[in-house]
Amino acid sequence: MKNPCYINGIGAVNAQGTWSDDPFTHIAEISNPLTMAIQPSYKELIPPAMIRRMSKGIKMGIFASQQALDDAAMGQVDAIITGTGLGCLEDSEKFLRNVLDNDEQFLTPTSFIQSTHNTVGAQIALRLGCKSYNFTYVNGATSFESALLDALIQMESEEANHVLVGGIDEIAGQTFVLKQLVQEVKANGTEEKLRDSQSPGVNFGEGGTFFALSTAKKDNTYAQILDVSIQNKSATEELTDFVTSFLTRNQISLADISAVVIGNNGDLVYDKYYTSFCTLFADKPQIFYKHLVGQSDVAAAFGLATAAFVLKNQIIPEAIQWNAVKHSALNYVLLYNQYLGKDHSLTLLHHVET
Amino acid sequence: MQNGIAITGMGIVSAIGLSVADNLNSLRNAQKGITQVDNFETSLRDRVRVGEIKLSNEQLSEKLHLPIDNSMTRTGMLGALAAQQAVANAQIDVTSQNYRTGLVSSTSVGGMDITEKYFYAYENRPELHRYIASHDAGVSSQHIADHLGLKGFVTTISTACSSAANAIMLGAQLIKSGRLDRVIVGGTDALSKFTLNGFNTLMILSDTYCKPFDQNRKGLNLGEAAAYLILESDEIVRKENKKVLAYLSGYGNANDAFHQTASSENGEGAYLAMQKAFKIARLSPQDIDYINAHGTATPNNDLSEGRALIRVFGERVPAFSSTKAYTGHTLAAAAGIEAVYSILALQNDLLFPNLNFETPMEEFQLLPQMRLLHQSVNHVLSNSFGFGGNCSTLIFSKA
Repeated sequence: MKNPCYINGIGAVNAQGTWSDDPFTHIAEISNPLTMAIQPSYKELIPPAMIRRMSKGIKMGIFASQQALDDAAMGQVDAIITGTGLGCLEDSEKFLRNVLDNDEQFLTPTSFIQSTHNTVGAQIALRLGCKSYNFTYVNGATSFESALLDALIQMESEEANHVLVGGIDEIAGQTFVLKQLVQEVKANGTEEKLRDSQSPGVNFGEGGTFFALSTAKKDNTYAQILDVSIQNKSATEELTDFVTSFLTRNQISLADISAVVIGNNGDLVYDKYYTSFCTLFADKPQIFYKHLVGQSDVAAAFGLATAAFVLKNQIIPEAIQWNAVKHSALNYVLLYNQYLGKDHSLTLLHHVET
Repeated sequence: MQNGIAITGMGIVSAIGLSVADNLNSLRNAQKGITQVDNFETSLRDRVRVGEIKLSNEQLSEKLHLPIDNSMTRTGMLGALAAQQAVANAQIDVTSQNYRTGLVSSTSVGGMDITEKYFYAYENRPELHRYIASHDAGVSSQHIADHLGLKGFVTTISTACSSAANAIMLGAQLIKSGRLDRVIVGGTDALSKFTLNGFNTLMILSDTYCKPFDQNRKGLNLGEAAAYLILESDEIVRKENKKVLAYLSGYGNANDAFHQTASSENGEGAYLAMQKAFKIARLSPQDIDYINAHGTATPNNDLSEGRALIRVFGERVPAFSSTKAYTGHTLAAAAGIEAVYSILALQNDLLFPNLNFETPMEEFQLLPQMRLLHQSVNHVLSNSFGFGGNCSTLIFSKA
């Protein structure tokens, strides 16, 4: 019998602010192509001198990870696993510009040091004094799911009982000018909510979402994570097979799924994958979330938080209902995400009686 | 009783050769690949030495038969070259539906070599736009997967200079957990102005040939490389009667939790990583015949790693060497190429020399292996440590 994996704590920083017991009531749907996170106060967590030197990504990661640990009343962990698509952009760009603008002269190391993709995971380990397993995944839209799969493997194989897993991506600088140039991100001045999307590209959003996972459940456990599957490419017509073979491996059928959480982002070209996915679950409640936090390579981590909230509370707040199907008891929830037709992932959660 | 995960193929491109055979030949003949930077303009040219692969991006593209309008970066192309060698070596068909095949790649710079070239040019040059998306680290892995025709599980790890060790470690665990039948694992990193200047600001670049574990070491030589292994499940090995090159018998990752870039004085993270690897391998320190050390030749690393070795092995530290004097420190690829060298040590019963060593360090009595040595090699331990306190150890055993 493999060790189970329970979500015992959640922490997040994004366009809606920070994670709370009631995250879907007072919300503001985003319509800005580049939606920044509402930054919390960091002074309770990070010394002032360090706050100034740290990029948003590092700070959001520290905040969200601590919030998740607090939520789970967890002190130490056996593994810290992070995912980030674009990494520490702010510091990377700062150093790159200095190299290019000053002809490789007058450079200082701070931004280079903090530009490494594993900076957030490393900084969390440093402040927790955590000497255990520490991995960082950088694989586009499956960066977070890769981290989550690794967490599952560590727990199943009894290498770890308590794991901190999270995703972080920040919006900074020229990278996003370029993303707008190639119409990956909607043009500045566009104001389209997800459901009203008419122009090419997506609304991007930054943030950090962390989970305190444990092999033991508690009174306040959100849900159990059963499995994660990642596929680099898939045609829309191959999607059914991707879903059914995943469910079969986990010994459940399409009919067992109580609700689905989809990562649709208003992209006119690629949201057809979600339409296709949803036809498999037409009679089930469908839940969406990127209208709240925007698209990013790790936005699906917020999707997982959404699914965990729904399973724990057995409610689907109106703000996240994609279709009009009413829910009954929520037992199995399936998440699906892809970006630009690539990096497809499925995550299966189960309700936990506490 | 099986002794780890089977390795059935390997591929490598580095400054000392564009194939496994070329690399072995250079290792045997003490031929280092350290030179000045020739592939791009840099004001550091006269002040640093690097392990550079003497092929331009155009030449790499030709070698890979890429279309003229491809969007691969140097990191992706080096990776594709090494990965296709590994696939050919293991004689596997990655498109086969009979087995679940995955790719776990790793990189630290991703597409930075292209980004630093075109960062300000993109806005006015639409013909370059195809490269914009190639900046992301994960895209290099996608390109490698596409080049190989692999559709399935693909992911990318980036934990600085221990990246490829962690990719190899994850690959082994994916097979053990039953999620994959076989997996291509390793790492790739191209030289860039960005990393060159980054390490220069840290003042840990040597202006001459690096001297790992030497009292008078002045820092590291950066390098570029890519290397991949093919890991396969026991079931495939049995069913297809596959030739096994070596086994990955142990692995461990730990965090030094000391400093973002510096290693702790007593090598705590390194010590913990080695202990974990022994536990997984069910081996003890006296079973190790050769250590391929991280040995970057920075004052900090070699002292910290040396102390960790003494903590683990006591008075009897086995023969050890750093091969970074041959190749330079190839960052995310380092543990990949050193995995290949560890396997070559097992296959050929050879210990590779720690080039450029002259003077023992005053802090301890450790003497690296100075000459090529023929000797029975059954188990090799390979260390890789990265920024963020990331420490990884792999143990390879004879097939």
